[in-house]
Amino acid sequence: MAMSKVKKPVKPAASQRTWAIGFIIAAVVMWTFYTFIMFRLPYQVQTIFQNWLPPTKLNEAMVWVICALGLNIVVGYAGLLDLGFVAFWAIGGYSAGWFMSAFFRQVNWHVFSTVEPTLPGIHISFWGVIFIGGLICAFFGIVIGAPTLRLKSDYLALVTLGFGEIIPQVFTNGENIAGFNMSNGTKGISPVDNIGVPGRALGPFDFSWKFTIFALLTAMMVFISLRLRTGRLGRAWLAIREDELAASMMGVPLMRTKLAAYSVGAFTGGIGGVAFATHVNGVFADRFNFSISIILLAMVVLGGMGNVWGVMVGALVIAWVNSTGLQAMGDLVNTSLHTSINFPSYNFVLFGGVLIFMMLFKREGLIPESRLKAIMHEGDDASANLEGHH
Amino acid sequence: MSALLEVKDLQVAYGSILAVKGLSLTVNQGEIVTLIGSNGAGKSTTLRTISGLLKPKAGTITFEGERIDGKSGHDIVSKGLCQSPEGRRIFPRMSVRENLDLGAFLRNDKDGIEADRERVLDLFPRLRERYEQKGGTMSGGEQQMLAVARAMMGAPKLLLLDEPSMGLAPVLVDMIFETIIKIREQGITILLIEQNAAAALEVADRAYVLESGLIKMSGKASDLAKDEAVTKAYLGG
Repeated sequence: MAMSKVKKPVKPAASQRTWAIGFIIAAVVMWTFYTFIMFRLPYQVQTIFQNWLPPTKLNEAMVWVICALGLNIVVGYAGLLDLGFVAFWAIGGYSAGWFMSAFFRQVNWHVFSTVEPTLPGIHISFWGVIFIGGLICAFFGIVIGAPTLRLKSDYLALVTLGFGEIIPQVFTNGENIAGFNMSNGTKGISPVDNIGVPGRALGPFDFSWKFTIFALLTAMMVFISLRLRTGRLGRAWLAIREDELAASMMGVPLMRTKLAAYSVGAFTGGIGGVAFATHVNGVFADRFNFSISIILLAMVVLGGMGNVWGVMVGALVIAWVNSTGLQAMGDLVNTSLHTSINFPSYNFVLFGGVLIFMMLFKREGLIPESRLKAIMHEGDDASANLEGHH
Repeated sequence: MSALLEVKDLQVAYGSILAVKGLSLTVNQGEIVTLIGSNGAGKSTTLRTISGLLKPKAGTITFEGERIDGKSGHDIVSKGLCQSPEGRRIFPRMSVRENLDLGAFLRNDKDGIEADRERVLDLFPRLRERYEQKGGTMSGGEQQMLAVARAMMGAPKLLLLDEPSMGLAPVLVDMIFETIIKIREQGITILLIEQNAAAALEVADRAYVLESGLIKMSGKASDLAKDEAVTKAYLGG
């Protein structure tokens, strides 16, 4: 029996607070550094920071964190494998394209927007569009979820995989749907309006403001994730993840609870999509490919499924490696060893390796959820015993 | 005594194969009724149908005078029909506390939940000792206690116990059955599904013997325990 080995758990509230304070401090330090200190440094030092941690990539990483937190609700909390999360990112992105640009030239509709009132198209404030995009995604989450969530996990994964392929294809080929141009096809929609903040509109290189906004959105998603988790819905999700049949015997309404996970996850993905569109100042169909779904999944798995802070760390690490880390480290290796290896092209070898390694040796992730850690290392015999009698 | 649960001419099929072929049984308020039978007799199928996991092909199930056949599992639990499932099925990565919380998932009466929590922890002092421990790290007997305690957190009017003695050491089997009697003393009606017919007949008031999807015999548990056919088939006598 493994019971004597169980350590007294750290009070969850206390560790949550530590992480939250850590996040705030890190965000403030980054913000202060890039806003006030970076440009005063000698040029060479600036270059090092530009190569190793450029501020725009930091903002992009935050978008990944938001989306990974959304996927974490679906995969980490409710245990529903979703291989098509890119669909929600894409729908969120196109929501920004539709409601924050001159794309619909035939109308001229401005809602709290900071752009010139004479500009044609629908221009809704960023703050409104994140909700609209989120809601559209939640709607599609329910539409795709309602018929498919009855499927068992592997089949659900297949359907979501298909969904993640179909949606970007619809956008890629959407310039003439019965005469209606929905997405501008492969040309994409660009530019997207800048985010309006009190007094002015942000330019594409206005790092500090965007960082603040993205960090706030991330903090909001963390807060929502944590609140949901401790609430009634969170308990129902965890119960479904553990044992669907037992959960239903406790009176957990399976369909409704799963749909809630799917739509909350999709909503978050939509917010990430809108944020990403404003970050790259446009929406381009070819960006929404299958690899995004897999990278997001890798972030959730690497960080620790179900643990909000773990997922955040996993997302930041992978987003950084993907966008700058591999390039920067590769350059360092190439210049010091006089080689010319194209390191970034090996990123999927690296991710694949990491996923296999994690599954073999550290299935609970880098920063595991406490309940996962306990069972994976101490309860193996007990859970085998549990499954044995059927 | 009034009938709390009444099952009439129940038929349940898996595809085209009939597993329960017209079963009728009654559970009265305050009774312990046991449904015994060998492996594959249709015991668990019956129970799953009562708790809404399977839909009957024909027949009716009435609980407190209201038809519940065909209702969703979640509706049925909310009416006060809670079960401790076969194979225990506790949530292994959740602590005892969290497992008990889930047992009370559909309830909103905070005071009532806390009172019931104390009640089940008094019933199973072992669970109080293991209160913050993950369910999956506990022994089989402790997990069974947790499964019963969890079902009791739903404030059941009728507690369905599916094979509570399965896979347990004899001393733990005795302990579980003693607890079943204590639970009844608290005013909870119990329908007990068991393969361990000897132990089940000892605690039950009435019993039904199920064979190939049909009730073969029924009557007072003490009478059935003495019955030659039952003894031969189920009590190894």
